[in-house]
Amino acid sequence: MVTFDNVSKAYDGQVAVAPTSLAIEARRTTVLIGPSGCGKSTLLRMVLGLVRPDSGRILIGGEELTSDNALRQRRGIGYVIQDGGLFPHLTAGENVTLLARHLGRERTEVAGRCAELAELARLPQAALARYPQELSGGQRQRVGIMRALMLDPWLLLLDEPLGALDPITRLELQDELKAIFARLRKTVVLVTHDMNEAAHFGDRIVLLRGGGIVQHGTLRDLLERPAEPYVRDFIRAQRSVLPEVPV
Amino acid sequence: MSRGAGTPFTWTLRLAIFLLIPVLAQAQAPINVGSKRFTESYILGEIITRTVEAAGEARAVHQQGLGNTAILFTALKSGAIQIYPEYTGTIAFELLGLKRVPDLKGLNRELAPHGLAVGVPLGFNNAYALAMTEERAAALDIRRVSDLARHPQLRLGLSQEFINRKDGWSALRLAYGLPFSEVRGLDHGLAYEAIKGGQVDIIDVYSTDAKIARYRLRVLEDDRGFFPAYDAVLIYRRELPQQYPRSWRALQQLEQRITVPRMIAMNAAAEIESKPFSGIAADFLAAPRTGPERAGARTGRPFLRTLFGDDFWRLTGEHLLLVFVSLVLGIAIGVPLGILAERAPHVRHLILGGAGVLQTVPSLALLAFLIAALNRIGTVPAIVALFLYALLPIVRNTYTGLADIAPPLREAARALGLPAGARLRLVELPLAARSILAGIKTSGVINVGTATIAAFIGAGGYGERIVAGLAVNDHVLLLAGAVPAAAMAIAVQWGFDALDRLLISPGLRATRH
Repeated sequence: MVTFDNVSKAYDGQVAVAPTSLAIEARRTTVLIGPSGCGKSTLLRMVLGLVRPDSGRILIGGEELTSDNALRQRRGIGYVIQDGGLFPHLTAGENVTLLARHLGRERTEVAGRCAELAELARLPQAALARYPQELSGGQRQRVGIMRALMLDPWLLLLDEPLGALDPITRLELQDELKAIFARLRKTVVLVTHDMNEAAHFGDRIVLLRGGGIVQHGTLRDLLERPAEPYVRDFIRAQRSVLPEVPV
Repeated sequence: MSRGAGTPFTWTLRLAIFLLIPVLAQAQAPINVGSKRFTESYILGEIITRTVEAAGEARAVHQQGLGNTAILFTALKSGAIQIYPEYTGTIAFELLGLKRVPDLKGLNRELAPHGLAVGVPLGFNNAYALAMTEERAAALDIRRVSDLARHPQLRLGLSQEFINRKDGWSALRLAYGLPFSEVRGLDHGLAYEAIKGGQVDIIDVYSTDAKIARYRLRVLEDDRGFFPAYDAVLIYRRELPQQYPRSWRALQQLEQRITVPRMIAMNAAAEIESKPFSGIAADFLAAPRTGPERAGARTGRPFLRTLFGDDFWRLTGEHLLLVFVSLVLGIAIGVPLGILAERAPHVRHLILGGAGVLQTVPSLALLAFLIAALNRIGTVPAIVALFLYALLPIVRNTYTGLADIAPPLREAARALGLPAGARLRLVELPLAARSILAGIKTSGVINVGTATIAAFIGAGGYGERIVAGLAVNDHVLLLAGAVPAAAMAIAVQWGFDALDRLLISPGLRATRH
């Protein structure tokens, strides 16, 4: 359970997050959506302690996030960013196992877990020995997800994870990711600006604008009971050109 | 990376220690004889060394071609050398700051508080003088220094030492009321070429210079008696005569043995006939000469034989020692400073600026300062100087390499839950490795070149040949020092290129998208 308690953040006087409170439900997928600069990524990075809120606090499992416990909390959290965020000097396999090796986990256990994750993420074993730049965009993203899952975190944070992919790979990975989330039953927070992606993943959708929450609810809530005209405008603006795709 | 980095580092350290041992052992030799960076001083130093050796009491080591007067004086006071040939005028004005030159008794009274003494006048006076080419002097009808006042258009090329010493140019200018305000500083070894080539009209010479006759120069008459006597004497540490009585008695035999023509002849033997200093000294002492020196003396120096002479491996070892020890120190201090500069913005300018300022300090000035600060000459101050010069490229490139890491990658490492130390070791330094290694490579290559200045303070290396070649205007000797230094620079470059392949991840080396 992650709770944002009245958090805010400004960069050089520019509001990134207006005082915001939000409770993330456990074992569900919550999607933070909104236009660029709405503060959705900042909220995600607050959970990792990468951004310190100017005011308010973050509660993780009831414990307030501080600089002292951030390192421990991060190890219970998997984080995936656009294009995987892989370290270019390490092979795919080394990227996945970096933290486990640093923590001195047993070699065979680490290798076994890595192989298991490759299967889950449908990454060919041979790709584990390659460097990120030798992988396709889709493969890099699969490796990024494997790295996030390596230590079996209870919370998974994904920041525009499929943003850099071509439409076909993106569609394929959307289905696979959803299947992985369903299988692992983890708490997931996913950031996107694509309403279709939000609709695909989200048990809960949080629509943000200008650093504040416009509406928080299910897809159905947003479609049928928009909190304000902006909700309808945002959904309509992203409606697909193809008539058979439902919104 | 971390595992790969350990091996070359320890390897370098081992090499450094291995190379240090003979140098340290040499530094403990009983009598160290110094000499300055010009032919006459080299020859006299060699004569002193051979005389001590012949006495059979102590081993003597000739620390030849040590920088300038200040460097030698410091070396003598610190005990790094025990004796060297000097001139009474220099001792009085430069070392003691006196207004005139007292006799030997007076000099000894002044030197006693420093623990030093002078004695054994060698028999000739080597005063400063100004000289012009015969043709130019004849054309302008210049015979005496006072005649110069009529020709303000003349160009002067004087040695830095003459320009700056108390009894040098500024005092002379005042005494004669000379009009010249602009003076060009020239190395004494290059001054003759400059006057022959017409780049300057007047140079300073010593009255025993071999080249005065060879270059057809007219020595201008000191008609106002400005230049004091510069009698060649031995200056030494006071305890030397008691400590080595037999050696001292042998040295006393040199008194009044060298006349002005004899000295000019010996200088000419070195500079015009290219005889080695040791051979000239041996001739003078009528000691048996070694074969190769005699052969070299008759035919001039063949380049390859000079290049791979007996001293080749010693010089190579000394040069490598200087370059690698200073480089290892540069890495050990420079990389952490670069990391600090990246981490702590408030000291960044101090660190980067400080390293930059060090780079601009002229090498001789830095050496002179270090000799005074460390109170010793030789390998240690040379390594410290090279270390200071090596800092900037390493610090800068470490800083730049770290600062250029893409912010998402930095964040990914933090988000992963790696502590700061592990992030630096496992992610940030490997990502910056290419830049850091480029900095180290730059420092290494530059150090190979800069290490040639170490010869000024007796730290050896290829610079010994360059300095000696410059001093006696011997191009072959100069090249025999410059060519291996250049070859070593190329080898260092190749070595680091190979190290790049070993230490930089293939993921960073292949072309980027």
